[in-house]
Amino acid sequence: MRRYTGWTLVREVLLILLAIAWMIPFYFLVIVAVKPDAEALQSPLSFPDSLHLSNFSTAWNDASLDRSLVNSLIITGGSVLALIAIGSICAYAIARRPGRMSTTLYFLFVLAIILPFQLGLVPTYAVMRDFGLVGSYLGIILLYTGIWMPFSVFLYTGFVLALPKEYEEASRVDGASALRTFRRVVFPLLRPVTGTVAIFTGLIIWNDFFLSLIYLNGTDKTPLPVAVYSFVGAFASRWNLIFAAVIVSLLPIMIFFLVAQRHLIRGFTGGIKT
Amino acid sequence: MSERAAPARRRRRRSGGTVPWVWVLPAVAVVLAFRYVATGAGTWYAFTDWDGISRHATWVGLDNFHEIFEDPAARGALVHTLELAFAFVITANVIGLGIALGLHRTLKTRGLLRAIFFLPVVMSSLAVSYVWQFIFSYTGPLNTLLDTVGLESLKRPWTGDPTWALWTIFVVLVWQFVGLSMVMYLAGLEGIPEELDEASAVDGASTFRRFRKVTLPLLAPAITVSVTLSTIYGLGVFDQVLAVTGGGPVDASETLATQIYKQTFAFGRFGYGTALSLVLTVLITVLAVSQLFVLRARERRM
Repeated sequence: MRRYTGWTLVREVLLILLAIAWMIPFYFLVIVAVKPDAEALQSPLSFPDSLHLSNFSTAWNDASLDRSLVNSLIITGGSVLALIAIGSICAYAIARRPGRMSTTLYFLFVLAIILPFQLGLVPTYAVMRDFGLVGSYLGIILLYTGIWMPFSVFLYTGFVLALPKEYEEASRVDGASALRTFRRVVFPLLRPVTGTVAIFTGLIIWNDFFLSLIYLNGTDKTPLPVAVYSFVGAFASRWNLIFAAVIVSLLPIMIFFLVAQRHLIRGFTGGIKT
Repeated sequence: MSERAAPARRRRRRSGGTVPWVWVLPAVAVVLAFRYVATGAGTWYAFTDWDGISRHATWVGLDNFHEIFEDPAARGALVHTLELAFAFVITANVIGLGIALGLHRTLKTRGLLRAIFFLPVVMSSLAVSYVWQFIFSYTGPLNTLLDTVGLESLKRPWTGDPTWALWTIFVVLVWQFVGLSMVMYLAGLEGIPEELDEASAVDGASTFRRFRKVTLPLLAPAITVSVTLSTIYGLGVFDQVLAVTGGGPVDASETLATQIYKQTFAFGRFGYGTALSLVLTVLITVLAVSQLFVLRARERRM
């Protein structure tokens, strides 16, 4: 079955051709981004005569991508940390105290996964605006934490339930407190699922546009997607500058993908198979 | 401490019963607030004319929903969302499954190809959508290609054409989602024991028959996950619309999510916006849950 036959070769060639077709958008993204204005306007599709790298500095400065990069890091980092810290201790309590209470709580989280968040969006916005949380890091981090917490608790609970109790029991017998036992013994054992939660929620939050547009547009706390959106609004159809901004905004994820592609795919699918 | 209490305490420790319930509070609080209370409030506001600023909202019964089904823009958004999601779910899953079947086993470039197809999944939908807007623009690559091959008659401003604008978004959606669908099917295929396939091959079953009788039934769980997830994703489409067409020309590619955004935050009609959200929520829940039931029942039959 595993022999490499003539038919396998045909399959391989066909898929390589399809993969090349799949990459076409990236080809245009790169060649247009390095063209000067005149060339980008007159012959956008030709191979660039020379590298015009100043588009990148223009985009970097005019779209204030440096600031947005920091914003994206703060927002994604803050939300993921909250999802991991709050989600893991909650799941640990649910998994280690079986009974009617934990069943009810577990059901509360599972049901919330199915419940689409769109309906709560508008009232949440109004309440958070009244509390001054619109346009702030804290507000958007709270929002993402609330929206993705059911996933985090669900994934952690499943993992803790499959975890043997011996280590933590030994630690408790040695006189360590519950919190110390969790921090020193349990949490390190949760590493695989922590990775899944971090990658899955981290990617979604990093790339989210809808919520950050609503909560942060027009402030100085806009993450990368909103910054690119505003930049396009200001530089409509100057494709070379737009594409330079797009490339810069995609770069962090691209590098992450190149370095940790396998983990990333596994973590992402791990988060989905719920 | 009395000596009698000590063994009892140790037993409690051993059963792990001393994890304090307080630990669940932060997670329960955010989920109650941002999921349950918010959804409850949204359901109520959907039946009001709330402007989002005043403290009071007047109950208007089903007025908002009458408007949704009568106003061409809102009704159009509903129809577009359904058309787009339907075509997208089928196409993305067929291509995703096809690529997964092609990549499964023996290919030398398997890892590289998998990475290439998956790359669009991890990228900002908004950012990559601009590349597609360029590809579909009047002087862009697609029309240039049509020129070169002598099909000038087909040239058009794709994103500005009332008939085609919606389908440019469809292309972006499929391009971005296929990689995710592919890895879900690949994971499913990896779970199929090789012996099973070989045994039926030895028995003389044709490739197609093997696919239908062995592979497809065992892929049922992967199909359930991929179809349900793409349905949820397709119905909620927002980023791609805003970047590629902006909902235009003249509402020709508006979807429910873009209408929610515009009605609420551009026109300040918070009540009407939540009514649209309620329609979208019901649509997602009903379709996703009924799909889950149907596909899970099918899994068991197989």
